[in-house]
Amino acid sequence: MKKSYLSKTNWVNFATYGMVIIAFVVMQLMGSAGMLSSTIRGQLVPICAYVVMALSLNLTVGILGELSLGHAGFMSVGAFAGAVAAAALPISSAPLRLGAAMLIGAVLAGLVGVVVGVPVLRLNGDYLAIVTLAFGQIIKSVVENLYIGMDAKGLHASFLENRITFTDGGRMILNGPMGVNGINKISTFTAGFVLTMIVLVVIFNLVNSRAGRAIMALRDNRIAAESVGINVTKYKLMAFVTSAAMAGAAGTLFALGQNTITASKFDFNMSILILVFVVLGGQGKMWGSILAATFLTVLPETPAMRELRDYRMLVYAIVMILVMLVTNSDKLKGLAGRIIPKGKGAADNG
Amino acid sequence: MKKKNLAALLMAGAMCFSLLAGCSSKDSNASTPGTDSKESQSAGNEGGNSGAATIKIGGVGPLTGGAAIYGNAAKGGAEIAAEEINALGGIQIDLRYEDDAHDPEKSVNAYNTLKDWGMQVFLGSVTSTPGAATAAESNADHMFYLTPSASSTDVIGGVANPLTGSVDIERRDNVFQMCFVDPNQGSASAQYISDKKLGEKIAVIYKNDDVYSTGIYNSFSAKAAELGLNIVSTTTFTEDSQTDFSVQLSDAKNADADLIYLPTYYGPNALILTQANAMGYNPKYFGVDGMDGILSVDGFDTSLAEGVMLLTPFNADSEDEATKSFVAKYQEKYGDVPNQFAADAYDCVYAIYNALKDENVTAETSASDMCDILINKFTSMTFNGLTGENMTWSAEGTVTKSPKGMFIQDGAYVGMD
Repeated sequence: MKKSYLSKTNWVNFATYGMVIIAFVVMQLMGSAGMLSSTIRGQLVPICAYVVMALSLNLTVGILGELSLGHAGFMSVGAFAGAVAAAALPISSAPLRLGAAMLIGAVLAGLVGVVVGVPVLRLNGDYLAIVTLAFGQIIKSVVENLYIGMDAKGLHASFLENRITFTDGGRMILNGPMGVNGINKISTFTAGFVLTMIVLVVIFNLVNSRAGRAIMALRDNRIAAESVGINVTKYKLMAFVTSAAMAGAAGTLFALGQNTITASKFDFNMSILILVFVVLGGQGKMWGSILAATFLTVLPETPAMRELRDYRMLVYAIVMILVMLVTNSDKLKGLAGRIIPKGKGAADNG
Repeated sequence: MKKKNLAALLMAGAMCFSLLAGCSSKDSNASTPGTDSKESQSAGNEGGNSGAATIKIGGVGPLTGGAAIYGNAAKGGAEIAAEEINALGGIQIDLRYEDDAHDPEKSVNAYNTLKDWGMQVFLGSVTSTPGAATAAESNADHMFYLTPSASSTDVIGGVANPLTGSVDIERRDNVFQMCFVDPNQGSASAQYISDKKLGEKIAVIYKNDDVYSTGIYNSFSAKAAELGLNIVSTTTFTEDSQTDFSVQLSDAKNADADLIYLPTYYGPNALILTQANAMGYNPKYFGVDGMDGILSVDGFDTSLAEGVMLLTPFNADSEDEATKSFVAKYQEKYGDVPNQFAADAYDCVYAIYNALKDENVTAETSASDMCDILINKFTSMTFNGLTGENMTWSAEGTVTKSPKGMFIQDGAYVGMD
């Protein structure tokens, strides 16, 4: 047992891949057998998007050790860039168009990540939290004042006021505060699964690389890491921009699975919700983020919760507090350790 | 430390249980409408109406969160209509409302929940942004959609954008509105202000992250330009900034505006009126149907609303027999004076009932077949309700009733003509 072929980290990583693959296969089989309710089927794509969001924020919070309070801002960039790209790209195959839109969303969000990260990650302390908080609000204001339309000549954009004039056959794509309406839903559960797997591969390989060890060294002790010659800004930026790009791809996946998206959807509350997924699942634990994001997204929509009517969101909040208490209680952890034989209960640091 | 944790756990657990207990006792008292209608429905069936169909009607609205007053009003209105109809015997209605917290994503979840429940006719979303999402969803499912109050053109689709002239969303043939559509209100207000010469210098304050408010503003400004109205100040606010209006009001005051046009809901409107009064600024106010309800805002000095003009399809102080009975029932059940959301939802249920009564629908009729039947019926029938006489629907999904001008006098609405 102790001298197993795979290291503990690898074991956890493969278990995480396995968990995602099994969940996908089971849902697909149940879907084709007609065993899934409309509610669950409607939630598959959002769940994948939230899982990827939680994974990407876990990279910033758990691995890099910096607090980001504006992760929904990157999701927003990806969502709107992706929605506009999907409407404008002349690709007839839906999966290809989705892939291209996701790539555009990820690249744009990554670029924005560079813009936010370069000045801020040079500083020590909680500056990143403050700046990302402001960044989320800025993105929201920008999108609320942006108008993008398309006609035969191509894309038209206008800022603050809608001054777009079309020749003929044009249509508005992004309508300022009203967001993008009438989206052609091309996101599929399969696409969400593929994205989740790609993100997991990227995160696990990054963490297990030389760069990843440098990033974690920065998290654990910045001064010690600097003293052995680790370039602080470079490695911080690497993790932060990767995280932003993944959030952008998740945003595109989310947006193209909705009929309507507005900038106000990606507000401070959304950032906090994603942070809750990460904290609840355990910082640095990718499998925890996946489980927490899935559980907390499905929970308020279960028939049992719907039965509670007006008390639904209150009970949801209380369940969240309870789970936090239970997962952080030493007593219960000890109990779990006694039930589950050695080692597995404390599989830290994925 | 451990003791503390355990105590916290126990406290939270106790809270949870007391809540659950509260819920279940509420359910067993049958005070929730879902149970009510089910009971009366089975009673109706026992009474020999075995041939009558039970139709499952679902609705989605913000029952919690910042927009909850609108959702709960619509739900209340619809419930009263369903109870009245079930008491008549004949077609029975099983009504169920689900919460969307005014969020498009959650509204689709709520819609899917209703679909799983077996909904045959959809009462739509109460608010516009989620309404556009559920409209797209129901269109894909071919489920009949009659919304009481989601007035944006994005909901019905097929209407040209007043700014660009482009049709951004194709017409959704299953979607109909009970309220008048936003552009209709905007241009009607401009026409009213111009015809009655209500203001020399006009200021507009609108909420630019809201489909409803922006939609009305766009058509208002287009019509105002056409009529040559003098708009001296246009300012906006958003969901996050709707607690302080000093900037917007100062701008209007500095421009000497004598009329402020408020295409917004009554919550912010009450604050605007209060803050303007505190500034010593007393212009005339003109609102749209969202202004309806301002008199029932908690803690609002209703004397400030004296002389406020608004467009609304429904007047709770009307002498009309049907309105009186509806207001009485609503007050008895919910303790509030119903607003236009409640009246519109009440009318929605009756319009669907009237349409179904004439056709041979059974409980087994699929949602898709029912949709075809209702689309045919709605584009050909005439309906009399609380919010208008002789209403008809066009194939574009809009209703013909026109906004009525009212003003507030001694804490009550008075017709403007």
